Amino acid sequence: MNFPILSTLIFLPLVSSFFIILSREKKNNYSSIYISLFSSIATFFLSLFLWYSLDINTSDFQFVEDKSWINNFIKFKLGVDGISILFIVLTTFITPICIISCINSVKVRVKEFLIAILILETFMIGVFCSLDLVIFYLFFEAGLIPMFLIIGVWGGPRRVYSAFKFFLFTLLGSVLMLVAIIVIYWLTGTTDITQIYELKIPKEYQNILWLAFFSSFAVKMPMWPVHTWLPDAHVEAPTAGSVILAAILLKMAGYGFLRFSIPMFPVASEYFTPLIYTLSIIAIIYTSLVALMQDDMKKLIAYSSVAHMGYVTLGIFTLTKQGIEGSIYQMISHGLISAALFLCVGVVYDRLHSRMISTYGGLVNYIPKYSFLFLIFALAALGLPGTSGFLGEFLVLTGTFQKSYLAAMLATFGVVLGAAYMLWLTKRVIFGFANNSEIKNLNDINRSEIIMLVTLAFLILFFGFYPLPIMETFSVSVNSLISNYETALTSN
Amino acid sequence: MINNLNIMLPEIFLSLSIFSVLMIGVFIKNSFNIVFNLTSLIIVVAVAIILSSPNNVEKIFLNSFTRDAFSNYFKILILLSSLFVINSSKNFIIDNKLDKFEYPIIILLSILGMFFMVSANDLILFYLGLELQSLSLYILASIDRDNLRSTESGIKYFVLSALSSGLLLYGCSLLYGFTGSTNFDFIAVELTKENTGAVFAMVFILVGLAFKVSAVPFHMWTPDVYEGAPTSITSYFAVVPKVAGLALLIKFMFIPFSNILLEWQTIIIFLSIASMILGAVAAMIQKNFKRLLAYSSIGHIGYALAGVATGSVSGYESAIVYISIYVIMNIGAFSCLYLLKKDGKYKENISDLSGVSKKHPLLAISLLIILFSLAGVPPLGGFFAKFYVFVAVLEREMYALAIIGLLTTVMSAFYYLKIIKTIYFDDSLITFELTKNKTAQVSIFTSCMILVTFFLYPSVLNNIVNSLFAS
Repeated sequence: MNFPILSTLIFLPLVSSFFIILSREKKNNYSSIYISLFSSIATFFLSLFLWYSLDINTSDFQFVEDKSWINNFIKFKLGVDGISILFIVLTTFITPICIISCINSVKVRVKEFLIAILILETFMIGVFCSLDLVIFYLFFEAGLIPMFLIIGVWGGPRRVYSAFKFFLFTLLGSVLMLVAIIVIYWLTGTTDITQIYELKIPKEYQNILWLAFFSSFAVKMPMWPVHTWLPDAHVEAPTAGSVILAAILLKMAGYGFLRFSIPMFPVASEYFTPLIYTLSIIAIIYTSLVALMQDDMKKLIAYSSVAHMGYVTLGIFTLTKQGIEGSIYQMISHGLISAALFLCVGVVYDRLHSRMISTYGGLVNYIPKYSFLFLIFALAALGLPGTSGFLGEFLVLTGTFQKSYLAAMLATFGVVLGAAYMLWLTKRVIFGFANNSEIKNLNDINRSEIIMLVTLAFLILFFGFYPLPIMETFSVSVNSLISNYETALTSN
Repeated sequence: MINNLNIMLPEIFLSLSIFSVLMIGVFIKNSFNIVFNLTSLIIVVAVAIILSSPNNVEKIFLNSFTRDAFSNYFKILILLSSLFVINSSKNFIIDNKLDKFEYPIIILLSILGMFFMVSANDLILFYLGLELQSLSLYILASIDRDNLRSTESGIKYFVLSALSSGLLLYGCSLLYGFTGSTNFDFIAVELTKENTGAVFAMVFILVGLAFKVSAVPFHMWTPDVYEGAPTSITSYFAVVPKVAGLALLIKFMFIPFSNILLEWQTIIIFLSIASMILGAVAAMIQKNFKRLLAYSSIGHIGYALAGVATGSVSGYESAIVYISIYVIMNIGAFSCLYLLKKDGKYKENISDLSGVSKKHPLLAISLLIILFSLAGVPPLGGFFAKFYVFVAVLEREMYALAIIGLLTTVMSAFYYLKIIKTIYFDDSLITFELTKNKTAQVSIFTSCMILVTFFLYPSVLNNIVNSLFAS
């Protein structure tokens, strides 16, 4: 195919953000909302078309674009396979939802907010498309700028602290990855990952390079003990920012492990598996316990995200088919569920301006539609069968049992804790008695909120009952990932 | 002979025009405007002359003067950056009553000095060029002569710079004594590890040059001079002499000192690491924007020196790319200062910027781009500058230097973020008068456009710089 469909996908949001700059300022900013909504939905359909036309029977990269960029050195190389396409579709799906959520939650500087979201979308799609380490790094880091502004400008009271913590933590992790990327270039003479897969990085360098990549992905994931930026960032970010952060930015790290760490450093990946297991188990159990103690809804969900990401890292490094498939599924489903939960918190926050659990109670009596949807998302988050949350966790645990009983037992314990904090949250917020007289005057969700939440609820249930479209897409790619990994290990 | 003159046509043109505008300035009353506009014209013509001259290596006057692609590139960079610097500062100069006709003429004189610096292939010529430049800079630093801080900064700069010139001259004479020549090519052959006296001389010369580019521990003058001098002068100091100083440094490493790589490498690595760390740490607590830019420029010189420290051609190239992008960023940053005018006074404290984004979104977004670029965040131009340097550094397997460099990048990101925080997250205090300074706006716009679109064609600058060392 000659048409540069991936570049179009990447730069469509960026180009449309120029139109927002040019659009006429009106009081309600509807023109810029419509432009951004239109362009993000167009991007979404383009990515759906991409998914539809992707050949899922091969693990090769498709729609490859390869342009000379920095001469004799770095190529602007893009391509997708069965794994990355899912993340692209997730990104393009979540973005319009964020834009819809702006209508209710963002009151000041709406135009700038939409521009930041669209630019961020460009960078996020770029991360998942790039087949060159430098291009990947470029997009990976560039996303910091809009996110920093989203947290800092539109965030809550402690936004400055959170924005700085977010930016500096991530940057600190990433600079070591940059060193590793350049070292890889001097070792292999290329930064094109398909070539690096074939050239194989010498064994003696793998551990240190793996650690450098790990430092970046662990911060982004986030893994215990470098997860502390996440609760702060989530709590202070505006709703749309939290949604993007939880649904997409965290997935970049999981994707990074799959795309870079494992195929490029198979020996090191095996060597460090115990480390990952340990950190993941700590993340699952410790952060679940921390989540139990939270008074702030957003903070609770943020800690639950850390726990869920613990399953993802655990699953990826089991390096079994079930484990990796489960991790990818978990990432996609967590992208939907955490987005939905943050939106739910956003809905009540817009009305009462409080995220404290104690403010609420007995919501089911006054805003039943909202409560019903909230219940679905909470049950999905704890992994109830029939929701998409179940399958990911189940597969991860199946994969883990094949490798380590201890890790699997402890991780299963985390599932129980997950149920505990989610159900307790639901009990305190949705059921019980109204602690606050204002709750009686609450309006139930309006049309735009229904559109967002019902779409998400539908998808969560749909993929809970019928996971085949997703499983089919990444199956072949995962198979080849594992077989390449195993041949690399046996040849050593 | 005529041929020889043809080779140094830019210098001849510049000297003759300096004398002519000086005459105009002397004989016509209130001639600042005329002289100023003529200066811009002279710079543009000089650029045209250099662009039309061939790039092959020519050495004249007993091999003491070189014209090659390297010197041509730096001359153009010097001219263009001066053009932007002085034009964007015109309103500032007039508002602060610095509009004496000598001002642009002294700038031209310093440019002439720098021309000889980058073209020199001989210790004597190089020293003369350096002194012509330095003398002009002393005057410029104290040009606001009724202002206590300006004169103080002029004196400070003069005393310290004279000291470093003395060291430099001492180094030159030692070098002459131990190698028997003042010619760079000849010194390159004679200067080996065994020639201990000449290696000793190298240290003195490096100290002198480190002073000129304000690398730690010879940076003491920078913050005071930057803060004390009028902003228009500070922006000139921060940009143009740095370019010439770095060009000279690279030239010394590349030609006369090429055989004693291991000897000078340690020194440069030390200078580089010290500058990066001090630049990052000291800038964190600054409240004055100019002082902050002074420390940030120390840090940036550290990165450029990291490229030089590799001692490889790709390292020198990366340093040149770095300094070129640094120039673009700093012109933008200083031009923003010219817009921060309130009731006839120019503000230069960081706290004055609070909430600028609400009243002046375009200025705020420009500062955002420039500051993120200075911090080296992709996809802006500043990232590529750092990237090339680290590629060159890691090619030589200098891992410690690269990792320290990147960690200081994170540290320095902190204070750039602090300014962005002031601009975007804080409440607005001041509404500035923005519309009047067109030239500064053009400079900011050009700088931002280059920084933002740099990632589209990152190899254009590289291709140019690669060709410098082809000969």
